[in-house]
Amino acid sequence: MSAMNSSLSTGVINAAYILVAFLFITGLKKMSSPSTARGGILWAGMGMVIATLVTFLGAHQDLNLLLVIVAIACGGGLAWWSGKRVAMTDMPQMIALYNGMGGGAAAAIAAVELYRGVTEGYVFGALAVLGGLIGAVSFSGSGIAFGKLQGLIKKSFRFGGQQFVNMIILAAAVVLGILIASGINASPMVVTAFFLLALVLGVTMTLPIGGADMPVVISLYNALTGLAVAFEGFVLQNAAMIIAGMVVGSAGTLLTQLMAKAMNRSLGNVLFSGFGESASAAGGPVTGSMKPIEAADAGVMMAFAQKVIVVPGYGMAVGQAQHKVWELAQLLQSRGVTVKFAIHPVAGRMPGHMNVLLAEAGVPYDLIFDLEEINAEFETADVALIIGANDVVNPVARNDKSSPIYGMPILNADKAKNVIVIKRGQGQGFSGIENALFFLDNTRMLYGDAQGAVGQLIQAVKSSD
Amino acid sequence: MNGVIAIYIFMLAAFTGYEVISRVPVILHTPLMSGSNFVHGIVLVGAMVALFNADGLLEQAIGFVGVFLAAGNAVGGYVVTERMLEMFKSSNRKGPAGGHH
Repeated sequence: MSAMNSSLSTGVINAAYILVAFLFITGLKKMSSPSTARGGILWAGMGMVIATLVTFLGAHQDLNLLLVIVAIACGGGLAWWSGKRVAMTDMPQMIALYNGMGGGAAAAIAAVELYRGVTEGYVFGALAVLGGLIGAVSFSGSGIAFGKLQGLIKKSFRFGGQQFVNMIILAAAVVLGILIASGINASPMVVTAFFLLALVLGVTMTLPIGGADMPVVISLYNALTGLAVAFEGFVLQNAAMIIAGMVVGSAGTLLTQLMAKAMNRSLGNVLFSGFGESASAAGGPVTGSMKPIEAADAGVMMAFAQKVIVVPGYGMAVGQAQHKVWELAQLLQSRGVTVKFAIHPVAGRMPGHMNVLLAEAGVPYDLIFDLEEINAEFETADVALIIGANDVVNPVARNDKSSPIYGMPILNADKAKNVIVIKRGQGQGFSGIENALFFLDNTRMLYGDAQGAVGQLIQAVKSSD
Repeated sequence: MNGVIAIYIFMLAAFTGYEVISRVPVILHTPLMSGSNFVHGIVLVGAMVALFNADGLLEQAIGFVGVFLAAGNAVGGYVVTERMLEMFKSSNRKGPAGGHH
């Protein structure tokens, strides 16, 4: 359909799109192993370039061609500029932003088709509407997710009967969608109302979700955008869009499940239950007091330890302390201390984020262990050094049924002989829950920003002979 | 492309996505999410077609926004994924031989 009046034959374009689909799938496959991952994104990138060029060659030479070029230059240019500048710590919200843009684009395709009027039958109409709904929700929802992680939206807006209101908005959007798809009433006003409702739904669905759950939500919207793209691909009879969109749709769904599992929360739980805000009220009272320690004492403790397990969290990355932490680890290694890094699946702000941040500092893979690999080892560790991690080492997840994070798999840092927690102040974690680990008898608090505190530890270890 | 063939494509592509991802180690989850985010940037070709065929100011305006957003998805997704994966490579090289994986 797209290539009907073009200078390139439909056959050539379709052949190119098949090649594109092959390049995408191969690229994703290569991304599943660290040694070939870089090549994977290059393959997928090549696919994108071919797809874009072929689509250009299939176009008329008119005003719309100029508009396309200007739009690509503006959108692509802005994304290039922002993508090159963004800090590794801010990666999750950037992915949310780019993902939302994809959802918005799918919704825009649907809007063009629906304003023009559906002529090809119910199936086309239904998929155009469905893709438009999902794309628009993903667009506004990802925007809210970006705003939350970027710190632009600090509050989670909740009120009684919120899910009921969301259901009503969804139902209204679906009714309008059926009117449009069936051709009963596809007037521009109905189409406009349909898209406005979908955009509002994305906002009201995402606003009540706490920051700690955002990675799961971003991953879900990523999968949803894939689906929307696949549906609009069917409307446009574009095989490359169907295949790529569907592959992302299913891969993203699996990834979302993995993340939710890592946090011991079902997807429904993430989407439909408030989390974080009322948490400290819900959790039982924490007894005891936080006991401070001087960097010099903590340094000596580590210098004469046999085994130190470092638990880095998002706070370490925010403080840009990963290079210092690696320096400290190397220093301890040179003294014969065994140093290991323990990574919680959701350390950082999404699974694998902390690995990216440690890789940036040059920490080799074989020192990094995930939860299952290392949890049994804490009992034999002399020191567990917690840097900017909070909820993922909170023992209430194991033993306080009233806590909202009860049941979440945590790193058993509290089992170590000594626990040193580097923390900026006495505040609570990302989820707003009091951390019982900080009040244990074997825990000492080293107050300060991550980079400064680790720097002091390095000096203390050096002068401990 | 008729409906039945489209359903085959939907189904096979869904299985492909599931299979490709199921073997991914946790350390690559973030770059992979970013990479799959880039892949659905293919919506760019659809947005381009929509704008090419746009008739009238409203369709042109929506089509323009669509291409703008899609280009942002594709280019941004590529840039950040490439940046992350590049670091993994150099870390691998610096790290001891026969690393974790």
